[in-house]
Amino acid sequence: MAQTASMSRKPSLWRRIKWRGIASVVAFFVLWHLAVVVKFSGFAELPTPIQTLQTFFAEYIVNPDYWASWVVSFERVFYGFIIAQILGIPLGLLFGTSPKFRDMFFPVFELLRPIPPLAWVPISILFWPTNESSIVFITFIGAFFVIVINVYDGVGGIQKEHLWLARSLGATRAAIFRRIMLPSVIPSIAVGMTLGIAITWNVVIAAEMIASDSGLGRMTWEGYVSSTPEVVLIGMISIGLAGYLSSITVDWVESRMMPWQERR
Amino acid sequence: MRHKLLQQRFGLMWLGYLVAIFAWYASVKWLPISSFQRLPDPLTVVIEWFNPDPDYGLSVFTVDYYLHIWYSTARATTSFLLAVMLGVPLGIMMGWRARVHEYASALLSILRPIPPLAWVPVAILIFPGSEPAVIFVTFLVAFFATTMNTLLGVRSIDSDYFRAAECLGAKPADILRDIIIPGALPSIFTGLQIAMGAAWFSLVAGEMIAAQYGLGFMILESYNLVQYPTIVIMMVTLGIVGYLSSAIIRVVGNRLMRWREQSLGLAGA
Amino acid sequence: MTDAAQILKTTADSGLGHLSVQHVHKVYDPHGVHVEALQDCSLEIPSGDFIAVVGPSGCGKSTLLNILAGFDNLTGGRVLLDDEPLATVDHAPRPGPDRVVVFQNGALFPWKTVLQNVVYGLLVQKRMPESEANDLGMELLAKTGGLDRIANSFPGQLSSGMQRRVEILRALINNPRILLLDEPFRAMDTVSKTTMHRHLLDIYDQYHKTVFFITHDLDEAIFLADTVVVMTTRPGTIKLRLDVDLPRPRTRETITSHRFLELKQQAVSAVHEEAKKAFERGERELA
Repeated sequence: MAQTASMSRKPSLWRRIKWRGIASVVAFFVLWHLAVVVKFSGFAELPTPIQTLQTFFAEYIVNPDYWASWVVSFERVFYGFIIAQILGIPLGLLFGTSPKFRDMFFPVFELLRPIPPLAWVPISILFWPTNESSIVFITFIGAFFVIVINVYDGVGGIQKEHLWLARSLGATRAAIFRRIMLPSVIPSIAVGMTLGIAITWNVVIAAEMIASDSGLGRMTWEGYVSSTPEVVLIGMISIGLAGYLSSITVDWVESRMMPWQERR
Repeated sequence: MRHKLLQQRFGLMWLGYLVAIFAWYASVKWLPISSFQRLPDPLTVVIEWFNPDPDYGLSVFTVDYYLHIWYSTARATTSFLLAVMLGVPLGIMMGWRARVHEYASALLSILRPIPPLAWVPVAILIFPGSEPAVIFVTFLVAFFATTMNTLLGVRSIDSDYFRAAECLGAKPADILRDIIIPGALPSIFTGLQIAMGAAWFSLVAGEMIAAQYGLGFMILESYNLVQYPTIVIMMVTLGIVGYLSSAIIRVVGNRLMRWREQSLGLAGA
Repeated sequence: MTDAAQILKTTADSGLGHLSVQHVHKVYDPHGVHVEALQDCSLEIPSGDFIAVVGPSGCGKSTLLNILAGFDNLTGGRVLLDDEPLATVDHAPRPGPDRVVVFQNGALFPWKTVLQNVVYGLLVQKRMPESEANDLGMELLAKTGGLDRIANSFPGQLSSGMQRRVEILRALINNPRILLLDEPFRAMDTVSKTTMHRHLLDIYDQYHKTVFFITHDLDEAIFLADTVVVMTTRPGTIKLRLDVDLPRPRTRETITSHRFLELKQQAVSAVHEEAKKAFERGERELA
């Protein structure tokens, strides 16, 4: 039955639009608008969706400072994320391939893992010479543990038959590592990347609010401090958009890494 | 043989801890790099932590230490329970009823990319005071994790179980109780683990940004007050509390899913 | 105390379980690709008969079972159960305890013990209080090769053959008018399959329910059934109906008997013809 369903012709555009989904999204904005208009408890100080949009188009779309915040935040996410991959993937592989090393250092790793990334903020500021590097470090921490754990799990999940086959064909250790292990953990790396990029944005936003004077997180927080709630909302939506864009990018990279997997 | 192997692993584990702590001590004390010299060394931290009369006012012998733990734990628990109470039913309904999924998924997918911490300022504006705002932000992450994993869990249930139950005369209430909930439980508990981790993550950030008391608040406050050993004490405490909370979830989950343990245990033997 | 055998015999004795499939059509996605799964399928199954449906994968035998079970609707013809309309074009029946299915991959609830699984139907239908249902369940398990000793195990702790026996009992205890078995022994090796045939025949000889059994294994079909039906590849229709006049109870000797081979000879070319057709059409052959 499933096969016949997938065989079916694509329904018309009209049928494909998810009206119920649209209805609930519209309802959300209408409720927000109404809550502001009737000054529902807590909403009195907020702008309506329309006011937010107006402010955005009137003041922000051509504001170079606003776009500079985008660039700054993106840079932090990018560096933190990339460094986490560069250091995390080898460490995960090492944990997965060397039992001695794992027995020795995995417990230490597990001890550090439950400490939330933001708890590293003061230590990071103390340690790193510049504010920028300390924020990148915290961002790195956010993505690092996820990628290591995923790669480590991935190595454990390699099918033994593949290793046996390679060994019986006379492959060297290096060849097994390069030809069997690396490709086998790529899906796990991809999972780690997907999770990592979301955490990274989370961390950057918080770190910017706590300990920075630039970036989208800072902009949002300053909107609050200076009692301009439009800015708060514009900041929030921008952050959501930025996070979404990076997720799409990571998805695209992953699909390039795994050409054998069908696109969903 | 097996015993010996375990012993060896145990030994390596402690060796690992020792190496790590020694590396920490050595780099702070002996490396001529100012970055390291600014950090507190492990010995100072431990002495402060277990000092009946701590230099910076916080140790296992002071009431305030437990007060901070209590505040953070209470906030995390409140948010977590709220998230479970709302997220599990929503996830179940989304997985069970296509119509609920159509309504909810579009809204969730536009709200979910917004990092929870970005909600902090808005939450402070909407809610009276910063305390509910911190709880709201913590709730939000836990809620998304719970909902999504519950949904995933319900979807992963083999459709033959639904059909079998219907054949045997089960009504929707029976199917919910006997198929959907037990079937989705493994995934729900995975979600709860993730939710708990995410909750602590957001809570710490929320406390740093907008709270009085709590572990996150105290970590940042200690920095401002130049009480560096206290930072590390609070970080380690946070790690322990976070670890314990997810251990509790794991234990509860295993108790509720005895059928899994028994089945897997025997299958492996 | 209730006597399990007595309760379970009632439908067979009262002549219930007479199934009549009349000119059934089934088209999937009629406004799209239009896949004809069944075409003018007609079949009489007298009460208490064991009927085995054989055909290549994708021939619509599962579709027919799904229609009988109430998982799917039909687009033409009708199905009568004991002379009352069961499924028509306007009305698809709800799945119910009078037509219980035993699934291809097994669908015992892994989170319930064997006994909880067996009595599940009785409890959700509120036929009897729990203690009474448990007694009946234990009795039935005990009567079926001493399965009562595994009553408190979880399905995951049992072999797949054991699981299948429990699943058949879970269906049987509801005293259905008809048992629908969807290739229940497909994933098994030959030895376990033979054992399972024995167990199934024991149950059948004891309770005499109408059984609708799907398989792609002709030997299995002839060995078990009173009537073997060979279906054509899609669009599925009845190609051959074979009355198996082998005496019951069937034993190991049955398989090597002259009559068995004769019957097999009559059906084998029909089965192979359809299998070949299906194969050449590029259908996935399941085996």
